[in-house]
Amino acid sequence: MIPGVSITEILTLTSILFFIGVYGFITRKNLISILISVELILNASVVNFVIINKYLFPDVLEGVIYSIFIIAVAAAETALAVAIIINLYRQTGSVEVKDTQVMKY
Amino acid sequence: MNLSYILLIPFVPLAVFLVLGIFNQKIKPAVSGVIGVAGLGISTLLSYYTAFQYFFVSGKADGIYQTFVDKIVWLHLTDSLQIDMGYLIDPISVMMLVVVSTVSLMVNLYSRGYMKGDDGYTRFFAYLSLFSFSMFGLVLSTNLFQIYIFWELVGVSSFLLIGYYYTKSSAIAAAKKAFIVTRFADFGFLIGIFVMGYYTGTFDFQELTDPEGAVILNWASTSFMGLSVITWALLLIFMGGAGKSAMFPLHIWLPDAMEGPTPVSALIHAATMVVAGVYLVARLFPMYYLVEEGFALEIVAYVGAFSSLFAAIIAITQTDIKRVLAFSTMSQLGYMMMALGVSGFDGHEGLGFMASMFHLFTHAMFKALLFLGAGSVIHAVHSNYLKDMGALRKYMPVTNITFLIAALAIAGVPPLAGFWSKDEILVAVYEHNQFLYLIGVLVAGLTAFYMFRIYFGIFWGKETKYEHTPHESPKSMSIPLIILALLTIVVGFIPFSELVTADKMAFEAHLNIPLAVIAVSVGLVGICLAWLFYKKENDLSDRFAHAFGVFYKWTSQKFYFDEIYLFMARKVFYKNVAAPIAFFDKKFVDGTMEGIGNKTVLISQKIKGMQSGKVQDYAFGFIAGVVIIAFVFIYIWTN
Repeated sequence: MIPGVSITEILTLTSILFFIGVYGFITRKNLISILISVELILNASVVNFVIINKYLFPDVLEGVIYSIFIIAVAAAETALAVAIIINLYRQTGSVEVKDTQVMKY
Repeated sequence: MNLSYILLIPFVPLAVFLVLGIFNQKIKPAVSGVIGVAGLGISTLLSYYTAFQYFFVSGKADGIYQTFVDKIVWLHLTDSLQIDMGYLIDPISVMMLVVVSTVSLMVNLYSRGYMKGDDGYTRFFAYLSLFSFSMFGLVLSTNLFQIYIFWELVGVSSFLLIGYYYTKSSAIAAAKKAFIVTRFADFGFLIGIFVMGYYTGTFDFQELTDPEGAVILNWASTSFMGLSVITWALLLIFMGGAGKSAMFPLHIWLPDAMEGPTPVSALIHAATMVVAGVYLVARLFPMYYLVEEGFALEIVAYVGAFSSLFAAIIAITQTDIKRVLAFSTMSQLGYMMMALGVSGFDGHEGLGFMASMFHLFTHAMFKALLFLGAGSVIHAVHSNYLKDMGALRKYMPVTNITFLIAALAIAGVPPLAGFWSKDEILVAVYEHNQFLYLIGVLVAGLTAFYMFRIYFGIFWGKETKYEHTPHESPKSMSIPLIILALLTIVVGFIPFSELVTADKMAFEAHLNIPLAVIAVSVGLVGICLAWLFYKKENDLSDRFAHAFGVFYKWTSQKFYFDEIYLFMARKVFYKNVAAPIAFFDKKFVDGTMEGIGNKTVLISQKIKGMQSGKVQDYAFGFIAGVVIIAFVFIYIWTN
């Protein structure tokens, strides 16, 4: 519970954060930027977990524990994605999305 | 009577065919010839053994030749209708075994010399063995369906052998013609089989031809257009037989079939395959005779008589010796059909049946001999045409003598084989139908004339300058000629009326002296005329040809039947039936299918851009979808 802040305001904030992430994921040309956008989406949902837990079910901790899980998974995912991007960079000399379209139809 | 060895008779040539066919490239020509002859040799020995056992040891019971059948159910259609495979031994099938094996063996022996040095030597022997297998199978068939299967198999072997020189376009055309014309006839045969099977409930020869059996007694139960359906079926089956036996008007393939190698003509298109039609009618003879008081049989007689006369007239004017022999074959087959057609059933009444089978037997020997002799001549002078031949008697004494024996036999000069069988035929025809008898006598005279026309043309006549001096054929060719010549002399003395008869009981056949004298004198007149015309070079024949004018021209063009059929096929059938159907097929049937295919391709070309390979595009689609679904659900919940 944060005094003076309602759940609606926080959920609005996380929704904005989420859609910024989605927008970035769709429009960015650079793979690193896309990865950052994905992190934004993940973080928006993590904040949602924590806030909903705190505001609606203050006497349990599941939401908080889930958020820790998500952070761990996100870290692993990021490591994987960066590894792929590095390999891609070795192959093509670029981390641009347009250089990864060799498998289309 | 243990008969299981009979199966070896067809299956040994089949094995030979498989061996020669599969190892075609690996077998040396000399070896393949020996394998072919050895295979046929085994079949021949077994056939002779069978004939001896059947006719003289254990075939008879109470004076009647028994029928031995061994068969298995091959296709079980319904409980009442099934198709068997097996073998059937009765006098005519045993006789045919002897004919087929003898001529096959002689032709195999002869081909070792005739085909020497040919590229397809092994292939040739493989085909010959395939043919022998099919023909044995046809002869031994127990039912209509089995005979149909082997019927088509001999058709295929005939096709392969006519088109043996496959680089020659005329041979290819002839092979196709033979196949298509006989296939057209076989179409009638097949419908006849279906009609027969549908209305009688059986394909089995024994059940069909039992004179006291249900099939024959109940022939009148169903009728169609004024005739019993069984008669229709018999007429359709005869159509198949007429196609195979080159009866008018389905004869056009036989002369062209002479494009094949000469031993093939001797084996298939003179002695064995072309008599399959006669054999088929003989096989179903009790049905032909008893159903509808022999209406179908009458048609057989008239078709046979007409074909016989028609072919004999054409044979006179042909200049290719093999074509003369082809038309002669057609004429003699007509004779056999005519004799079957006038035959009765019991005892002496069945003289026509016996005479027909007798003539089939003797004709196979002397016609094979004529063809092999002609082959020997062609081998020596490298031409089929009479104009390139003459005075060959000095160079080829063996061929000369054997050819003369065969020519005398076919002309009906006693005591050679042809005299006896032809005399029986003429007696049988005389006793039943005097009009047909006149045709028969006329044909006998014409036969003697055209046969001696080519004999004198080849071996006497003008002195011809040859590029290479012709020489007698090698031993491998002349020995079969000599054997067949000996057979031609002796087979006439076989007492056929005691062995092969319609009711399977022996009867006494006497020589009818007045009729024999008439037949022989007509034959001699023919020979004398030929002697006058062709013995020494003179212009008598040209003057006669000139006197006949248009008729001569028509005859030498075979009455334009090829042209009529071509016109019918191209201008009438092709233009009015085949072309519209092809148009419909191409435009509508194919068009629909191709349209569906083309549209699918077109649409996929248009939409393949959606598969951009960009993950972001897919993600956009995914998210857009989620958003749309979200809106839909919100809309539903709020209402």
